[in-house]
Amino acid sequence: MSDVARNTPPGAAATAAPMISIQGLRKLYPQGSRTITALDGVDLEVPAGDVHGIIGHSGAGKSTLVRCLTLLDRPTEGSVSINGADLASGSDRDLLNARRRIGMVFQHANLLSSRTALDNVAYPLEVTGKDKTARRARAQELLSLVGLEGFENSYPAQLSGGQRQRVGIARALATEPDILLCDEPTSALDPATTDGILELIRDLSSRLGLTVLVITHEMHVVKRLCDSVSLLEAGRIVEGGPLADVASRLDHRLSAALLPLPESALDTEGTLVEVLGRGESAGIPVASLIENRFDQPVRVVAGSIEDLAGERFSHYLLSLPDPGPSPTGAEAPADAAVVVDFLKEWGFQVQVRTRTQLEAAQDTAQTLGGAQ
Amino acid sequence: MNWLTELIENPVITNALPEALVETLQMVAISGVLTVLIGGALGVILHVTSPAGLRPVRWLNALLSAVVVNITRSIPYAILMLALIPFTQWLVGTAIGPIAACVSLTIATVPFFARLVETSLREVPSGTVDAARVMGSTRGQIIRKVMLPEAMPGLVASVTTTLVTLVGYSAMAGLIGGGGLGRLAYNYGYQRWDPGVMLVIIVIIVLLVQLIQWIGDLIIRRVDHR
Repeated sequence: MSDVARNTPPGAAATAAPMISIQGLRKLYPQGSRTITALDGVDLEVPAGDVHGIIGHSGAGKSTLVRCLTLLDRPTEGSVSINGADLASGSDRDLLNARRRIGMVFQHANLLSSRTALDNVAYPLEVTGKDKTARRARAQELLSLVGLEGFENSYPAQLSGGQRQRVGIARALATEPDILLCDEPTSALDPATTDGILELIRDLSSRLGLTVLVITHEMHVVKRLCDSVSLLEAGRIVEGGPLADVASRLDHRLSAALLPLPESALDTEGTLVEVLGRGESAGIPVASLIENRFDQPVRVVAGSIEDLAGERFSHYLLSLPDPGPSPTGAEAPADAAVVVDFLKEWGFQVQVRTRTQLEAAQDTAQTLGGAQ
Repeated sequence: MNWLTELIENPVITNALPEALVETLQMVAISGVLTVLIGGALGVILHVTSPAGLRPVRWLNALLSAVVVNITRSIPYAILMLALIPFTQWLVGTAIGPIAACVSLTIATVPFFARLVETSLREVPSGTVDAARVMGSTRGQIIRKVMLPEAMPGLVASVTTTLVTLVGYSAMAGLIGGGGLGRLAYNYGYQRWDPGVMLVIIVIIVLLVQLIQWIGDLIIRRVDHR
């Protein structure tokens, strides 16, 4: 597990204490005579100011992780600390104070239907005992921050899903928390509203220097929002790292989900080669590069070019003709291994793929919501 | 229109009826207030101590729901009010009159109202309560600021239902000395067989129930923002 997320972005001091530190988190649930292992040793560190995504499909342990992070459930083993303070230790009073350092955004906003937007945002301040004038002023300020000026006296039922989520975000920020924990923040919203909310979270995190942890099952959310990502599977984090690094690891499933190839028929002749270019090499036309060098035709089976985390990525699936005497009597095409080495010299990541492997990658892309 | 003038000039209608109405209102109001306070608290405790509640206390929850709520609810009011006469005598010094009737009325409706309160509180989405917990609310804050306000439409409906039930019970209580419209109907409508008085009392009780329901619905519309 050498590549488990230790997400120190380039340039950040390696010695700086992480804002979120999760160590050896395990959660077991008794179910009848059996024991269900929901979390099986989760380790994660998120540096201050980072937007980190945890992706996994249902049953991977996402909900349990959220409940353990907010101590709605006590972890069986392991520790969670936020800004150096251990959440699990101490009295009930300490727990309340620790919770007030976490701002949480829920999938369904979970607003109080009996309160107006303004009073919903003021709720966390009311709980901490701020006086009425101060909390109304702060709530007003937060509502403008999320773009809901003029909706102060609207009740949640009078707001759209996206507006309700904005109120939820404003409320999460009310106590000036160290971290913002977003649990499937856009899963109940339509695509256009989703992008608006993601943009808002992204914008707030950079303006307020917030550390954000986003739990989601949609790769789209990770692409639009996150600096770094972890893949949660069967209660463990199995892959992770800064977004661009993870994307460029051709042998990883997060890469298959981040940079999916369009679905294509894989019934072509020849050797299938997957090629991934990052940054400068993403601009190189791979097919003609090979054709010029080896004087043989190359078929592009599928390809995509995408910008991710400020970098350009190109991802191709090429079909090279099988070696052996050419039917036209021309020179025999070069062996695939030679082409692979040649492309590696040009800075590409290259893998010869079987059809089974490619189908597995397409499945991964689909289950993690990365396929178009 | 002879029967109408006769009815209006009937001393039972002009003298005894207003007095009986006041007694009924007194019984409903006093036991209503006591029921809302005691039954409300009991309902909150039932919900909070339940296995999925804020503070599960298994034995207390089992005790309250089995012994208090179920047993008292399964005894018909007609029997309960008779059985409680010695207790009422001891508590208020008399078993006669509207105040004495309030003892058995309150004891009968508290468990009923407590169950309604518990049901209303259970309908508050667990996500809303989780959100309040995550925001660092204490248990008391969650009950006062989240659960009760969120359940308010259901709670007001429960109060309405309870008051309507009390109007019915108070008529029964009137038979054994509580007074009020129940006794008037029994004494004049039944024993003296005066159908005019009986009819007027029925109309007044129907109007009273309608009024309670109407006010309840009005308040629900004001507090329901869902």
